Amino acid sequence: MPIENIIFYAFLGLTGLSALFILLSKNILYSAFALIATFIGMAGIFVLLGAEFVAITQILVYVGGILILMVFGIMLTNRLSQAKVETEVYNKFFGILISAGLFYILAKAIEMADFANMGWMKNAPSAPSSVQDLGMKIMTDYVLVFEVIGILLLLALIGAVRIAGNTREEGTDAA
Amino acid sequence: MPLNTILLLGAALFCIGLAVVVTRKNAIAVLIGIELMLNAANLNLVAFSRFDAVELQGQIFALFVITVAAAEAAVALAIVIKVYQHFQTANLDKINELKG
Repeated sequence: MPIENIIFYAFLGLTGLSALFILLSKNILYSAFALIATFIGMAGIFVLLGAEFVAITQILVYVGGILILMVFGIMLTNRLSQAKVETEVYNKFFGILISAGLFYILAKAIEMADFANMGWMKNAPSAPSSVQDLGMKIMTDYVLVFEVIGILLLLALIGAVRIAGNTREEGTDAA
Repeated sequence: MPLNTILLLGAALFCIGLAVVVTRKNAIAVLIGIELMLNAANLNLVAFSRFDAVELQGQIFALFVITVAAAEAAVALAIVIKVYQHFQTANLDKINELKG
């Protein structure tokens, strides 16, 4: 077994196990930390798939940004006098049933589609992609989408600050 | 690294995210499930992008998904914090003011 496969299956196990922990744990804070482990495992898989830039972005944006936001959100939306930040669980039977059924359908479809033996997959160029290629593509072919997504991010951040910010005169400055 | 293994991992993560969204009552736990589902989609995009080393469409789309997920998380957390200030709870079952 080559060393690359061992690393791949290690990251695969990390991702799958921590995702299962999110499903099984009632404590929201533990779920958030397990989500960090899931994202790190996924970033490792991205690196092995030749997408280094996406992996770095994943760690920067998710682990460095979104998870910090979530931990702050957990802190601000739970009474800290409680010993544990636990969530109630409901619809347990139907929720698990629906997602298990969906997983069965998806697994069956993946098995039947048999992507790995398709012609265009076998004839695919095996040249590794580089970060430079990705940057050239973003700045030439996809530059319009890049700008639009930048504006979306700006609007979302302004909107988030406006919604959560401390507005003293709710009624007067809303217009 | 067989492609089918990665696709199965993506499907499993999506279903776990769906189960978390359906079964949790706390709004932030639901958000955690949504992030898991978005990432499962990213995994599929990057996995297929390996067979497309010239155009790189999958990787670029994955980057855009990450950006939109960041925007979504920021706005959603702002709304959750505002809802908590207003209703004194983040339990989605108790926020039923619009129920007839």
